[in-house]
Amino acid sequence: MATQILDAHRPASVSYLDAARGWKSWAYTLDHKRIGVMYLISVSLALLIGGLFAMLIRIELFTPGKTIMTADTYNKVFTLHGIIMVFLFIIPSIPAALGNFFLPIMIGAKDVAFPRLNIASYYLWVTGAIFTLTAILVNGIDTGWTFYTPYSVDTHTSVIWMGLGVFILGFSSIFTGLNFLVTMHKLRMPGLGWFDMPLFLWAIYGTALIQVLATPVIGITTLLLVAERTMHIGIFDPALGGDPVLFQHFFWFYSHPAVYIMILPGMGIISEIITTFARRHVFGYRFIAFSSIAIAVLGFLVWGHHMFVSGQSEVATMVFSFLTFFVAIPSAIKVFNWTTTMYRGQIALDTPMLYALSFLFLFSIGGLTGIFLGALSVDVHLTDTYFVVAHFHYVMMGGTVMAFLAGLHYWWPKMTGRMYNEKLGRIGAVMVFVGFNVTFLTQFVLGSRGMPRRYYDYLPQYERLHQMSSYGAWLLGAAFLLMTIYFIQSLRSGAKAPDNPWGSLGFEWRTPSPPPVENYETPPDLSIGPYDYGKVYGKPDPAEAKA
Amino acid sequence: MKDATIQMPPQASTVAPHIDNLYYFIFWGCTFFFLLIVGFSLYFVIRYRRTKAERMEKAFHNTPLEITWTVIPTILVMIVFVWGFRGYMDLSVAPGNAIEYYVTGKKWLWEVTDPNGAVSINEMTVPLNQPVKIILRSQDLIHSFFVPAFRVKQDAIPNRYNTLWFEATMPGDFDILCTEYCGSGHSGMLGKVHVLTPEKWAEYQKATGGRPATVPLEDWGAKLYASKACITCHSLDGSKKTGPTFKGVFGHPVTFKDGTTAVADENYLRHSIQEPGAQVVAGFDPVMPVFAGSLSDDDIDALVAFIKKQQ
Repeated sequence: MATQILDAHRPASVSYLDAARGWKSWAYTLDHKRIGVMYLISVSLALLIGGLFAMLIRIELFTPGKTIMTADTYNKVFTLHGIIMVFLFIIPSIPAALGNFFLPIMIGAKDVAFPRLNIASYYLWVTGAIFTLTAILVNGIDTGWTFYTPYSVDTHTSVIWMGLGVFILGFSSIFTGLNFLVTMHKLRMPGLGWFDMPLFLWAIYGTALIQVLATPVIGITTLLLVAERTMHIGIFDPALGGDPVLFQHFFWFYSHPAVYIMILPGMGIISEIITTFARRHVFGYRFIAFSSIAIAVLGFLVWGHHMFVSGQSEVATMVFSFLTFFVAIPSAIKVFNWTTTMYRGQIALDTPMLYALSFLFLFSIGGLTGIFLGALSVDVHLTDTYFVVAHFHYVMMGGTVMAFLAGLHYWWPKMTGRMYNEKLGRIGAVMVFVGFNVTFLTQFVLGSRGMPRRYYDYLPQYERLHQMSSYGAWLLGAAFLLMTIYFIQSLRSGAKAPDNPWGSLGFEWRTPSPPPVENYETPPDLSIGPYDYGKVYGKPDPAEAKA
Repeated sequence: MKDATIQMPPQASTVAPHIDNLYYFIFWGCTFFFLLIVGFSLYFVIRYRRTKAERMEKAFHNTPLEITWTVIPTILVMIVFVWGFRGYMDLSVAPGNAIEYYVTGKKWLWEVTDPNGAVSINEMTVPLNQPVKIILRSQDLIHSFFVPAFRVKQDAIPNRYNTLWFEATMPGDFDILCTEYCGSGHSGMLGKVHVLTPEKWAEYQKATGGRPATVPLEDWGAKLYASKACITCHSLDGSKKTGPTFKGVFGHPVTFKDGTTAVADENYLRHSIQEPGAQVVAGFDPVMPVFAGSLSDDDIDALVAFIKKQQ
């Protein structure tokens, strides 16, 4: 039974990649795996473009005053970095690309519940990306990714194109979330209960809930912004009697829960990878599962903590601060559970595990620095400085992007049927880790010393820290270049991947690499769950052996 | 009162030490938990590295452990919450004896009205050891008034007053920074708070009634050119910044956005300072704030005299 799971030589079958050929077989596909791959290629391109903007920012900030661009250009560059990373990369990255590919496989289904809605969601993403590109080409956009009024009503740049782009991307996200919810409710293979599901799916479930419930609010908000700009309806613009702070409430009512759209799927990946590479049953399955749902629910109640100095009432401020501390607890529980999972394991440090350990290290810093910002009096000093920039990069990049890279390296053999160069993979992981910390640890200090964010120019006392940060960013850039090279090399000439290169018990590893169109030739054996490493690798239990 | 450290700017206000105490409490608490997590992770990774000789235990769970690490962090963050909230209330409620300044944020300068009615741009002069309350608003976009050395920050919002207060405990000059993104000039929207001893401050208040009779108009204009922040957008050497240069403008024809032209005379200059949006020079955006009401007639005369000299 156990050998069957670990057997690397299943009979050859026609994989989803070979089942049909030609561009139409991709463009019109309803196969969740192909849609996942198309998403993966698309969001990876968005990541590289967003990263290119980050490099430009760090070059410009290498010296105070003008280094390579004007203030107006800089404002467009940092805005595009944020918009592309948030709306085109992070939000769809893990759920729509990796989730699409693995969710149906992990529940033993042939596809998602609504395959046509799935491909529609992808083309909506493409449409949103085209709107974004149009905004870049027509005048650019310089509002910051937060689109705060009245600046976004006042500026001459392409707010309307971008607002409509975000509106469309929102629908793409809603469709994906809805599809995943129904799929998990309706298509689990017989015998697979909710608590038998891999934890990645609990995380995706929490994410999907937020996508469906919160995203409509950003849709309405961007439409109101477009209406304000075109018809001057006077809802946000103070010159017309509107309230610019109302926009901030609307915006964060979506965008704070959206932070959990971004991080929850990453947490799911970490649960999968740590158990695989520690060959250990996850510690506290139910605690991790329920903490995902707790985060999803509590995440709706803390949006006001982005506005502690905007002049909202002291009572509201107190309530938002109080609730903010409670949303920290489920994340802490997860971190403690992951750490304990490694206790008495059999730990291997392959590339995906290196990224997962980086996640633990960096996400812990990201989470803990959130306590500084939740504490009201300290937040007054730190808000809107580089401390906040460093904090959310530790969560979004140190958390989500590390998890995305961990998942990408973990599942790459399954998706492509090829191995990548493990040595280059590990070198890349170390470069990312070092580069990231050099870039962003310095920014905590910049921020607590008072350096405001979104500054084109800065006072001379901040120059040395900015230069260190730039060196780190360039090392990060080099790491992503290296990754691009070895992934392309893997596709062209990588060794053929075995079905289960990591010896994992996850259901997705019990089918050929790459999987056939129908996902499984024989359904996975449910008597061994995805975390039953003790049963497969362990010494026979004397009590069980007797029986 | 303490000088700058690695993490923090100097403590130059009464609230700064309290805020820093909480900051360092969180800092050391977080450092402890961070080292705990990383320490255990590293130990497990080294101690339980995969080897040929495989050993494995059955799945295990430990509910008391789960409850412990849920309850302890919850208690700790509740302490931080209460401590932070009390500090925040101290920041919110100004003492009754505070003297009041009105500060207005505009693209891209801070206009400060002293208790004696004198208006200065990007400069704020306050007495030492005296609570100072700022009534803050914006004329155009959202700005945010931040003095790192005092640990105070508050958004300036159009059509609404926000307030903040501080009591400076250290004489000297401290940076004012805008911390709400407001476009091209955001990172140049800087100012200084000058903290003077009460005696010097009283003298300063007496002296800031306007141009002393002995100072010629052009010289006063040159001072206003810098202190009213004209210098941010208007060059004297012919180079193009956010606004047109002053070099050679007087007595020469100017082309406006609507295609009309006019010769720049004294009336044109006066009108353009008071109501800059009325006639916008071609090639520039109408971004200059209105100065009608915030500059005295004598100040405008001085600026006109100064601009006339830039040939």
